[in-house]
Amino acid sequence: MIIWETIFLFLIVIAGTFGELCVTRAMKTIGEVKDFRPSALVRVMLRAIQVPWMWLGVSLMAIAFFALLGALSLENVSFVVPVTALSYAAGTLGGEIFLGEKVSRRRWAGVLLVCVGVTLVFVGRK
Amino acid sequence: MTSSQGLHLKTYVLILFIILFAPLGNVLLSKGMKNVGAVAWQNPESLGHIFVQVFTSPYVWLGIGSLLLFFIAYLLVLSWADYSFVQPASATSYAVVALLGHFALKETISPMRWLGVLVICSGVLVVGNTHPRTTEHK
Repeated sequence: MIIWETIFLFLIVIAGTFGELCVTRAMKTIGEVKDFRPSALVRVMLRAIQVPWMWLGVSLMAIAFFALLGALSLENVSFVVPVTALSYAAGTLGGEIFLGEKVSRRRWAGVLLVCVGVTLVFVGRK
Repeated sequence: MTSSQGLHLKTYVLILFIILFAPLGNVLLSKGMKNVGAVAWQNPESLGHIFVQVFTSPYVWLGIGSLLLFFIAYLLVLSWADYSFVQPASATSYAVVALLGHFALKETISPMRWLGVLVICSGVLVVGNTHPRTTEHK
C-alpha cells in the first residue's frame, strides 16, 4: 500500500502542477476576463477548449484527480491534501520558467515557508 | 489606482470561492472513498468493480460538483493573475481542509500536523502581499 500511496502522491503533485501550468498558459492566450455575465463566460469557455494547451492541461489534471481518489481511499484527507502542497515549489518554479512570471524574493520566502509546513505535516504523520 | 484596486477586489472575491469549494470537494471525495474502502489494486479485474463503486457514490459526485465550481473560479482568476500568485494564495484552503477533516470526518490530527498547517498558512500570508500580476499584457 505504501508504494501505491507514493505513486498517487507523486502523480497528484507532478501531473497536477504541470496540468495547471498548461491551463494557465491557455487562459493567458485568451486574455483577461472582464465580463462576468453567463453568456460571456460560456463564450470564454468555448474559446478555451480551442487551445491545445487546455486539452493537455485538462488531461494531466484528470490523471491527478484519479490519483487523488486513490490516495484518499488509503489515507486521511488531512494528510493527503497538505502533502500535495509540495506542488508549490514546482508551481512557482514552473511559473517563472514556463510562463515567464517574475517571482520576487518575498514570494519565494512564502513558498519556502509552505514547504516547511508540508514537511512538518509529513513528520507529524501517525 | 482604481483599476488596480478593482483588479485586487475581483481577484480576492474569486480566491474566496477557491478557498471554500476546493476543501469542501476534497472532504466529500474523502468521505466517498472511505465508504468504498482501501482498494485492492493487485488484480486488474477488480478495477472495474472499484470504478462502479466510486462513481455510484453520492459523496463522490457532490465532491466533483464542488471541485467543478472551484475549477471555474480558478480558470477565471488565472486569465489575469499570475499562477505563482494564485496557487499560493489559494493555499488557505489547507487550513480549511484540516478543520473540515477534524470536525466533519473526525480525523485525528497530531499537534505536529496542526503546526505544519499553521506554517503553510503563514507562508500564504507572506505570498498574499505581493502583486498579482508581473507579466505585461496588451
